[in-house]
Amino acid sequence: MTDFNAMIDALVACDGDRVIQLVNTAITEKIPADDILNKGLIAGMDIVGGKMENGDMFIPEVLMAAQAMGKCVDILKPLLGEGSAVSAGNVIIGTVKGDLHDIGKNLVSMMMESGGMTVHNLGVDIEPEKFVSEIKEKNANIVCLSALLTTTMPMMKQTIDAIAEAGLRDQVKIMIGGAPVTQAFADEIGADGFAPDAGSAARLAKSLDA
Amino acid sequence: MDLPRMPDLLPDLQSPLMLKSEEGQTMFEVIGERINSSRKKVQEAVTARDTEYIINDVIKQQEAGVTFIDVNAGARIGHETEDMKWLIDTIQPIAEVPLTLDSPDPAVLEMAIQMVESIPMVNSISLEKERFDAMMPFLEGKTCKIIALCMDDGGMPISSGDIIGRADSLVKELTGIGFAVGDIYIDPLVQPISTDTTKGVMVLDATRGIRAKYPEIHITGGLSNISFGLPQRKIINRTFVTLMMDAGMDSAIMDPLDDKIMSTIKTANMLLGNDQYCMEYLKGTRAGSIVS
Repeated sequence: MTDFNAMIDALVACDGDRVIQLVNTAITEKIPADDILNKGLIAGMDIVGGKMENGDMFIPEVLMAAQAMGKCVDILKPLLGEGSAVSAGNVIIGTVKGDLHDIGKNLVSMMMESGGMTVHNLGVDIEPEKFVSEIKEKNANIVCLSALLTTTMPMMKQTIDAIAEAGLRDQVKIMIGGAPVTQAFADEIGADGFAPDAGSAARLAKSLDA
Repeated sequence: MDLPRMPDLLPDLQSPLMLKSEEGQTMFEVIGERINSSRKKVQEAVTARDTEYIINDVIKQQEAGVTFIDVNAGARIGHETEDMKWLIDTIQPIAEVPLTLDSPDPAVLEMAIQMVESIPMVNSISLEKERFDAMMPFLEGKTCKIIALCMDDGGMPISSGDIIGRADSLVKELTGIGFAVGDIYIDPLVQPISTDTTKGVMVLDATRGIRAKYPEIHITGGLSNISFGLPQRKIINRTFVTLMMDAGMDSAIMDPLDDKIMSTIKTANMLLGNDQYCMEYLKGTRAGSIVS
């Protein structure tokens, strides 16, 4: 019986070598790869996200934990069942047109991937039409919009409007974030949710997807 | 035994690193960022046309030694022109320092620049095509100082060489339409150390490079990005500003009511040899604004 708690603890402690060692041990013990991923790694990253949200863990630590997780996922990949890695959510994420900030969006993307979601990171300066076409192409059910400038916040509304005009509004939940963005703004422009940091963004995405 | 003459103990006033004020001392120029309608209390004051709140804030900034008062009215979407006009009308009568007119909209800036009494600063131009193309015709022929962001359509700079290259382009373009190098405030764009621990050295190296190339230029920017994603951010910001000052930063866009960073800046300015006879430092200690 593998102790997933040890794996979770090692991940939360950002001890990459230990996590990899525990994953390898679990594989030799014939623990199903899906269990290692879901009950060990993703469960661990959920805790990391929560600690980030509470200010108990910080970005450099979250990056270390996510990197350790990434290495483990590479080890597990050949062993995972078809499609089993996609436990929740098919996400399109990007920074809206006119805005070139990428760090926050990349952190959110990383936390969602660590949470087992499939994330299509479109990059920065993304036009509303591009979001629309990507939703169709990737058959996404969650769209995350980032803006770090008061001058590009209106573009979030334009993007949501474009998604609605394309008839895709019911297909997707839309989340917004970025330093000047607030819950009130999210309500005003008809977004489904707002998250103040990457940890809570991943949690919110899961709750919207559920 | 001969006592050393005082002038021998003075800092090298010929140092080209920073511009000297008339008294021969370097000014670290603080651009006060408080009057920004994206700040909750300012937005409330702007919405309610609360003259007293704005005036009190500006007076406090001036007492703290601000060099420019930044005025940004962009947060209430659709109201920028009227909000900017009201803010300038409110601030102008009590302003003892020039204003920094902070808008991406040339029409708002055109109105604002007609209203101000002393030569203003404009915040800002960048190499992003849309902003650049909008700002250049506005700036041509204007008498003002200009903040120039090292941002282009490729996004944030990725190396110190990249930052310096962007600064070169901005200087070339702005001097091409008649700006003096000394009226340009380059913002090398500080990026978070939490996501990439090379970002501190990157911007420090770039600052040294720009300072070496353009002795008369100003180098400014927001400081707090450096500490994004880390706890106890203010100690990071304070330590960072001293390193940046040594590298050649001579201005910052910041909150002048943050006593601790203001006293750090004054102290660093003295240690870098820019405070003749340590007078500003001593004045600060007596006023109680500089404490250990």
